Amino acid sequence: MSTPMISLESLTGATSFDQLLATAKSGGCSSSSCGSSAKPDDMDPAVWERIKDHPCYSEEAHHYFARMHVAVAPACNIQCNYCNRKYDCANESRPGVVSEKLTPDQALRKVIAVANEVPQLSVLGIAGPGDACYDWRKAKATFEQVAREIPDIKLCISTNGLALPDHADELADMNVDHVTITINMVDPQIGAKIYPWIFYGHRRYTGVEAARILHERQMLGLEMLTARGILTKINSVMIPGVNDEHLVEVNKWVKERGAFLHNVMPLISDPAHGTHYGLTGQRGPKAMELKALQDKLEGGAKLMRHCRQCRADAVGLLGEDRGQEFTLDQIPEEVSYDAQKREAYREVVARERGDHFAAKSEAIEVVKAASASGLLLVAVATKGGGRVNEHFGHAKEFQVYEASPKGISFVGHRKVEQYCLGGWGEDAALDGVIAALEGIDIVMCAKIGECPKDQLTEAGIRATDAYGHEYIETAIGTLYAAEFGIEPLAATA
Amino acid sequence: MAFKIITSQCTQCGACEFECPSAAIRFKGETYIIDPQKCTECEGTFDTQQCASVCPVPKTCVPA
Repeated sequence: MSTPMISLESLTGATSFDQLLATAKSGGCSSSSCGSSAKPDDMDPAVWERIKDHPCYSEEAHHYFARMHVAVAPACNIQCNYCNRKYDCANESRPGVVSEKLTPDQALRKVIAVANEVPQLSVLGIAGPGDACYDWRKAKATFEQVAREIPDIKLCISTNGLALPDHADELADMNVDHVTITINMVDPQIGAKIYPWIFYGHRRYTGVEAARILHERQMLGLEMLTARGILTKINSVMIPGVNDEHLVEVNKWVKERGAFLHNVMPLISDPAHGTHYGLTGQRGPKAMELKALQDKLEGGAKLMRHCRQCRADAVGLLGEDRGQEFTLDQIPEEVSYDAQKREAYREVVARERGDHFAAKSEAIEVVKAASASGLLLVAVATKGGGRVNEHFGHAKEFQVYEASPKGISFVGHRKVEQYCLGGWGEDAALDGVIAALEGIDIVMCAKIGECPKDQLTEAGIRATDAYGHEYIETAIGTLYAAEFGIEPLAATA
Repeated sequence: MAFKIITSQCTQCGACEFECPSAAIRFKGETYIIDPQKCTECEGTFDTQQCASVCPVPKTCVPA
């Protein structure tokens, strides 16, 4: 169980197509008849079917499946204090930023090019860079064209909600099964501190009046989607001192109206971005402040904790962005969709994730069985597949897991600058990595040098590469048992 | 009597194009332009100029 039956990396790397197909066809039983389902026990099977390949709606899926955003909707009908509409940049990684806008025809070409190259691709989203429900004609044309060419791709949209009620029926008709609404407040007094203006019904509104209209439209839109059986995710930007405490109330409101997931994200407010908050010194929350709020919200609407706040033109697994490989100038004029690579990948994932789920369940039992009260925060370097398989120096982010008597759960991620570039480590980068790992007890990776390991130890963070290529949960379970002096379950059974 | 777009500040989001009741705005070359022959400043149709009301950048869609 500790070694992959078939390496997922071999499928997603520069393998020739024939090899890929051969790998997919080897390996015994078919996906439908073997291995346990990875479905969480408390979830309706019908809902699981809809989210199991969506990296944003299922934490479990985000180890295997990729999304892409096409930037076809640049127009927006509101202004947010955390957004600067003039900001186009190739190197920034945050929502609302793109390096090029696309027409629906260009978007179709890009989606086909990505689908042919990135077998993990399962979701096409439109997340602006403006508002997809306001810039509706382009969003709709894009979905219609892509759905004709790649019928099995999931369609997903994100919106501020103001224009959402106008298109709820069309979204349902077009099989857009996942909709994200950004809701930062349910109190217009607070909203007035976040939104300077909205454009609605052919005029501009400001202040509390603007926030009240936006709030009413957001609630109506959410209710309409719930009534139509569309899965909704609510994104909330956590703005310390403005709406941080208030998000508890937001969580209650959206849960009552049927929201499937609530995603609380930290404000990004670098002055260099030129946003109102950036320029006025409004700070974002620290990683541990965000976690504290998320912990407080547990028990309400189910939380998404694996969001990476991606760009409006992101491509790839959530923790990576391959968008720069697929700019228009690199895509041929004529492209035709070849389904085989994606299909082969799915077959292999279906088998591998059954095995992963069994390993995960076992590891969680190990942790629960340890009648310890200990709590461990573990940062894992991974490049996908749910395994500890990235070198410390190559990691651009660490996935954070919490092991406690309740089990093992994914609780967030920490972005870092790569420590190792061109073969040697950068001391300045290491300081940044250590700062980003605040509050972490142990780092797990496939490989780490003695020097960074010693520096981490000095900072009170232990690091180990003893669990390289194991499933993340298996590694954490073993570590937890060792840490708190309990024998692994297998030994006592 | 017409409005104009300050090209250097325009983000090319295109919101003005579909809000214009007179179809006076189109994308030409690298930028959106307002046809002064067609622009009515929304008089008789709306209380405020639609292009200027929806434009995300201050002082970018202004009287010509």
